[in-house]
Formats: sequence, C-alpha cells, structure tokens
Amino acid sequence: MTLWTNDIFQVLVNHQVRQVAYVPDAGHTNLIKRCGQYDEMVSVPLTTEEEGIALLAGAWLGGDRGVLLMQSSGVGNCLNMFSLTRTCRMPLLMLVTMRGEWGEFNPWQVPMGQNTEKLLKAADILTFHVDESNRLGETTEAAARMVFEGPAAAAVLISQRIIGTKTFME
Amino acid sequence: MDLDRSNHYSLRRREVVKMLLDQRDSGLLIVAGLGAPAWDVTAAGDEALNFPLWGAMGGAVSIGLGLAIAQPTRRILVITGDGEMLMGLGSLATVSIQSPSNLAILVLDNERYGETGMQATHTAGNVDLAAVARATGFSECHNITDKKRLRSLLPKIQNGEGPSFFNVKVRAENLPLVLPPKDGAFLKDRFRVALFGSDAVR
Repeated sequence: MTLWTNDIFQVLVNHQVRQVAYVPDAGHTNLIKRCGQYDEMVSVPLTTEEEGIALLAGAWLGGDRGVLLMQSSGVGNCLNMFSLTRTCRMPLLMLVTMRGEWGEFNPWQVPMGQNTEKLLKAADILTFHVDESNRLGETTEAAARMVFEGPAAAAVLISQRIIGTKTFME
Repeated sequence: MDLDRSNHYSLRRREVVKMLLDQRDSGLLIVAGLGAPAWDVTAAGDEALNFPLWGAMGGAVSIGLGLAIAQPTRRILVITGDGEMLMGLGSLATVSIQSPSNLAILVLDNERYGETGMQATHTAGNVDLAAVARATGFSECHNITDKKRLRSLLPKIQNGEGPSFFNVKVRAENLPLVLPPKDGAFLKDRFRVALFGSDAVR
C-alpha cells in the first residue's frame, strides 16, 4: 500500500472518524479497502456523491464523525446539497482525488477537474490542494482539525500528479 | 398522468402524521422532508428531536441513514413527500446495502409538487414508490390507501424491523402552513443537545 494512504488512514483513526462514505475512484482504492477492514469504521458506498453530504449530516446529528471520498467529478453532483452543510453549520471532511488536471487522457474529465476548487470555494468550503504525497498526512490532519473543532467544511484535493495519470492500458 | 386522481384519496396528510406521532415514543428521532411533510410534522408538535428540512431536496433518506447508523439503539423515522423521494431514489439502494433495522421511511404521496403550484409528480403516472423500494431490496414495503390499513400497519411503522418503506397515498390539498424554526444551525444544535446534553455545543 502506498505510504500516503497509510498517513491519511491514521489521521482518520486519530480523529475517530466512523462513517466512511464514498463513490469509488481508482486513487481511493487502497483507502477504501483499508477503512473497510477496520472494525471501528462503517463503509457506506453511495449511488451519487450528494447522498454522502446528507448522510454525514445525519451522522453528525447522531454523534458520528464521517468522511466523504470521491473524485473531482463528484463535487459537481454535491453543489445544492452543500446548502445543508452551510445552513446547518455541519462539519464536513472530503478527500477528493483529482482528474482532468495533470496529463488527463479523457477530455470529459477536464471541465469538472479544472473547476473543482473554484466551485468548492464558491460554496464556502475550505480547500487544500496537495501535489506532493509526503504532504498528504499533515494536510489531512490540518483539514480534519478545522472540520471537527470548527465546525467547518473542508476538502483535501489530491493531485492527479500523485495518483498517476490514468491510461486505457491500465 | 392522472391529475385528478389524488383529489379523491380518503387519507388526509395531517391526520396521518397525527396518528403516527400520537403518544410518540420519547426516543423516536424524526427527519422530515422539505415542504409539506415538514409542516405536517411540526403541526403534530415542534419537538427538539425533529429535524425538519427547508431544503436539501433528495437528501432526507440519506440523513435518516446517517442517523440510523450513528444511533443504532434508537428508532429513526423519515417522513417525506413523493417529489422529495423521487429526487433521491438512489438513496434507497444505499439504505438497502446498509440494511439498518432501526430505520423506517414513510412517504406522504399526494402525487404533486405542493410548494410550487401542485404540478403532477411522476407518481401521478405509473411510478410506484413502494415497488421501487422493493426492487432495491427492502423486504417491508407497503402501499397504504385507507385508514384501516394505516391503523393495522402502525406497529410496523413505529417499531417493526427495518429498513421498511411505507407509501401513503394522501389527498392533494394545500393546508395552512405550520412552520418549524428556519435556522438550520439552531435545528441541528437543538437536536444534538436533546440527544447528548449541553456538551454537544461546547
């Protein structure tokens, strides 16, 4: 398993994150697997990302901390549901693997990938763009602190440069 | 689509919700979908353990699921409308995968978008929400069209093994607004303080 996945997993454990909601992305494969094997976490696969925003609001109402894992295209699906996060001042931690930004082979990923951070900022969500893998642990820690001690809504954007450029050959 | 059909349904939404919440169990947690269901629940009593939505359309069931996972020893009841449910059909599949035994979903189905001018929803056509829930894997799915059936299913709605889904056909009618507080942060904090005490907002 890549080292940065371990770093992020450890941060989630330290912050007592319980509900792990996700729409899969290749870049999140290891983290999804790791969380799924850990007894203190409940994995919740979603049909679309905005379900995760609502799910984690319900989780917080009931006293659970959560995280939402998705790829950049999923951020667009969440936009109206972010109103729930903001109006209710819910904590929200998102880990977003980026597509459409670094050697992307699929032009259909580029429109969302190029606007992910802009859209998150427009929704008043804190963003942390990371393009060096050794910075992912500390950045996720910084984001998680602001989220759970705030409350705040924050997204860690994991650069496509870290994950590697996808090709049809893989 | 049949725009006239739901004008003649015998069940009235406020009466249905009143029956559901009469002698409410003090441990029951309610998520109410935006629009009329939130007003109906509030008409039965503006309680701290209600989470009435003013937005987040399509999210009521997912909020209920997060709550049900977090609070496995409590009963969670999502009361929402057909328009709101139609926007989040995928969330039924997500509930089915988790299969929380403490979650019940009840749709007040008047076959209309009540807050926007009573336009027809898809359930005014052939869309059967209980059948959708069954297809996603819910074992308890019921269509309810009269008071006798509602009364006989009350124990299942209130305490039966979940996840369960109840689609209640109610008359299309515009009723006087009974509004819950509008501030989402207040509603959230009120709910959490009622569950966890004042530490929840410290």
